[in-house]
Amino acid sequence: MRLAEGGTHIDRSRPLSFTFDGRAYQGFAGDTLASALLANDVRVVARSFKFHRPRGVFGVGLEEPSALVTIVRGPDREPNLRATEVQLSDGLVACSQNAWPSVRFDLAAINGWLAPLLPAGFYHKTFKWPRWSWYEGAIRRTAGLGRIAGTADATRESKRFHHCDVLVIGAGAAGRAAAEAAAQRGADVTLVDSGRIATLPNVRALPNTTAIGCYEDRLVAAIERIGDRQRLWKIRAAEIVFATGATERPLVFENNDRPGVMLASAVGAYLERYAVVPGRNVAFFTNNDSVYPIAEALRSRDVVVSTIVDTRRDDAVLDSRRVDCDVLAVSGGFNPNLQLFSQAAGKLRYDEKLAAFIPGEAPPGLRCVGAAAGEIDGGVAPRWRSPGNPRKQWVDLQYDVTVADVELAAREGFSSVEHLKRYTSVGMAPDQGKTSDVNALALLGEITGRAIGDVGTTTFRPPYHPVTIAALAGARTGSLAQRYRRLPVAWHEKNGGVMEDHSGWLRAAFYRRDGESEAQAIAREVRAARFGAALFDSSSLGKIEVFGRDAAEFLNRLYVNNVKTLAPGRLRYGMMLGENGVIKDDGVFGCLAPDHYLVCTSSSGARDVAFWMEEWRQCEWRELDVRIVPQTAQWATLTVSGPKSREIVARLGVDIDLSAQAFPHMHVRSGSVALKGDPQVRVRRASYTGEMSFEIDIAAEHADLLWSRLLELGAAENITPLGMEALDVLRVEKGFLEVGVDTDGETTPLDVGWGEAIAKKPEDFLGRRSLSRPAQQRADRLQLVGLQPEDPQLFLPVGVHAVDDAGAPIGHVTSSCVSPTLNRSVAMARIRGGAKRSGEVIAIDIDGTRHRARICDRAFYDPQGARLNG
Amino acid sequence: MKRIDCPWCGPRAENEFTWGGEAHIVRPGLSCGDGQWRDYLFTRSNPRGAHQERWCHTYGCAQWFHVARDTLTHRIERVYAIDEGPVDATG
Repeated sequence: MRLAEGGTHIDRSRPLSFTFDGRAYQGFAGDTLASALLANDVRVVARSFKFHRPRGVFGVGLEEPSALVTIVRGPDREPNLRATEVQLSDGLVACSQNAWPSVRFDLAAINGWLAPLLPAGFYHKTFKWPRWSWYEGAIRRTAGLGRIAGTADATRESKRFHHCDVLVIGAGAAGRAAAEAAAQRGADVTLVDSGRIATLPNVRALPNTTAIGCYEDRLVAAIERIGDRQRLWKIRAAEIVFATGATERPLVFENNDRPGVMLASAVGAYLERYAVVPGRNVAFFTNNDSVYPIAEALRSRDVVVSTIVDTRRDDAVLDSRRVDCDVLAVSGGFNPNLQLFSQAAGKLRYDEKLAAFIPGEAPPGLRCVGAAAGEIDGGVAPRWRSPGNPRKQWVDLQYDVTVADVELAAREGFSSVEHLKRYTSVGMAPDQGKTSDVNALALLGEITGRAIGDVGTTTFRPPYHPVTIAALAGARTGSLAQRYRRLPVAWHEKNGGVMEDHSGWLRAAFYRRDGESEAQAIAREVRAARFGAALFDSSSLGKIEVFGRDAAEFLNRLYVNNVKTLAPGRLRYGMMLGENGVIKDDGVFGCLAPDHYLVCTSSSGARDVAFWMEEWRQCEWRELDVRIVPQTAQWATLTVSGPKSREIVARLGVDIDLSAQAFPHMHVRSGSVALKGDPQVRVRRASYTGEMSFEIDIAAEHADLLWSRLLELGAAENITPLGMEALDVLRVEKGFLEVGVDTDGETTPLDVGWGEAIAKKPEDFLGRRSLSRPAQQRADRLQLVGLQPEDPQLFLPVGVHAVDDAGAPIGHVTSSCVSPTLNRSVAMARIRGGAKRSGEVIAIDIDGTRHRARICDRAFYDPQGARLNG
Repeated sequence: MKRIDCPWCGPRAENEFTWGGEAHIVRPGLSCGDGQWRDYLFTRSNPRGAHQERWCHTYGCAQWFHVARDTLTHRIERVYAIDEGPVDATG
């Protein structure tokens, strides 16, 4: 009921309407849902996790274990909120959870009658046979908390970083004093509190903000609630003051979870803040002095206080007295809230006088003040349990853990505190054991004959208070959850390009035309490259420029190839290895000038290769005069490929002699192109398709224009945009390997036929020494070969195994296609000792059926490479 | 999350940096024995306590530098230049 006057937190001039389980109620601005429900005499607000016991409001703040509710906002619903932390708003719709058909009459309460069958760990023991998964669904449905809406969350939360000299956590008397003192000595002070904060001069206040985690070097994560929205703060402070207060412990006795049993401090807070008394006749049950002022305050407001049972005095008469009351306010002493301090590596020690853990040694820059530091009056005389049925005495209200469960754990040998926690789940509920913590440890100590300090605490981990995934995700949801790099040419997405993720870039897999299947589209694009002209956006190609007097020497140490013999204007295909000899990346590199080289990498390797080059330059080869400039995003690359490519590029008007004599295959030229502003271009004659190709690098801002111009100029030759799928077919027809597809974390250049080429290089290079280890020289290594199934139309799926006569695997297919050009199936595979088995017929196992395939050279199409030269 | 004192940018959050493993490992030449090469590739001191390692301020100045760090306490004892030799562990 609500008293006619008083209430520091409410504004009686602003009444608010809300509903709970469909019934309409009234509260005031400033109420929490819990205070408003108590004001309306709603006593049962929830059902418990396991036994579906009726539960009422138990606490007043973050510690609330029982009154979990769901808030409904249109189609969205947020479950498992503590009624004590939901600010009342007009039109608020709240409902109970974990009860059917209603919270007052819940059929699953039969679990309570079955309680003797459902002790801690019951499902590990009872539901073993035939297996847990048979029962899991049904058990998980009866157990549990609220349910989410199941639709995408429409809200988008935000994040902020913040730095300050002093962060004070908790705005009680001690926290305010600490903040004021720090501000007076000129520090930049921030004060956070999960509730309200009265203004202090020169202190930045963050009210409605709960610190949820404390990390190394004084980083604090906190969640601010702004209406229905949340904001994640990451606060780095030079000094942290923990003014986190203390949480009252309940006493453990029979039926201590019934609605109407509440923390005494909560009864006091409801009276003071909201002028609410949860009943008409209040009794107290305590082992310390803290309840007396609360009883006095109630009496002064004409509330009946029928009795105060103090265990320090009345123990003997406990069993024999009958007391009528509708609220039983309990106090078992106070636990300083040291979860955050402990997360920040603060040490705890048990204090006998307070019967609680208090701060021990603190890392630099951390300190506790006020109740958190153990400044608590009260003369507590611990009393960890009462006579009576241990199955009816609750230790952890939120997860329904009783004294009987702790006894069982101890009896079965789970006497370490960490084992107790995992076996009984005490303290593992969303409330993280805020009201069960020391009670559980003390009981375990009592049962196993150990001092509480020796039992110790479990490790406190973030979050201190439950946090939604949405708050952690912030704005990174939907299309922002995974961000792709986009090619500089916008044409693809608007012209049938089916865009897919290729190593983080959105690239066209193929270009769809009306009436065409995917396979037909790919075959059309392949034909265009082989017999006419294709246009391909290869802008994601890694491009790194290397400058300096020692550029050649530097690259000679990175590549397996000889770099020093490369003349200006020439390109070479090269490989780089890790120091373990495994192929790291491949691609074309070129000499632009004696002190200027261009390194092309795979799309996925561009970043890693540049990073790795810098590591060697900065850390190991500081004597070399080299500068490394990654240029992937700056230069777009558009490739014209096919027998008709030269005539189309010639029409562009580039000041480069494109004739086969002046500009042969594997050369690079620079010039400008007759587009607006005469932009600079760099043209490479390198080919991944096996056809004559011109790779044109141009500043990214001109790429769109160059692309449309090439389409126009090649219209007569029916120049065709080429997607990734067709490109893959073209390179498999040529037997060109793709690093990471045809190679893996064990593949060395020796395994792909590069032994002879490497032997010609005199100098060391990264990974070279690894190649002469005995394991790399073995004849039975997996070596990359070509493979042709005897049935020419049989597609060999990538990943299928080659097997010997006994059925044991001897390798696997790495790349495969039914070649539209050759009209037959071709594949690449890594086969044991494959390099020396050319011509051999082996068995390929596809889903249990054996197919015959012949090992052959990898270059299926134009093995002499005549078409490259054009 | 730790803060690391980048020699060029000052103290910055750990997730801006890349760890480069144990520092001061000398790369042997081509003519070294298999055992020596194995040690270079794989054998690390992995101590409980003082450790000298290489870090790069990837999302900042992109510069590599050395860090002397205690693997037990995570305390960073010293940050020093990439061209400085190993710190005497006893000193």
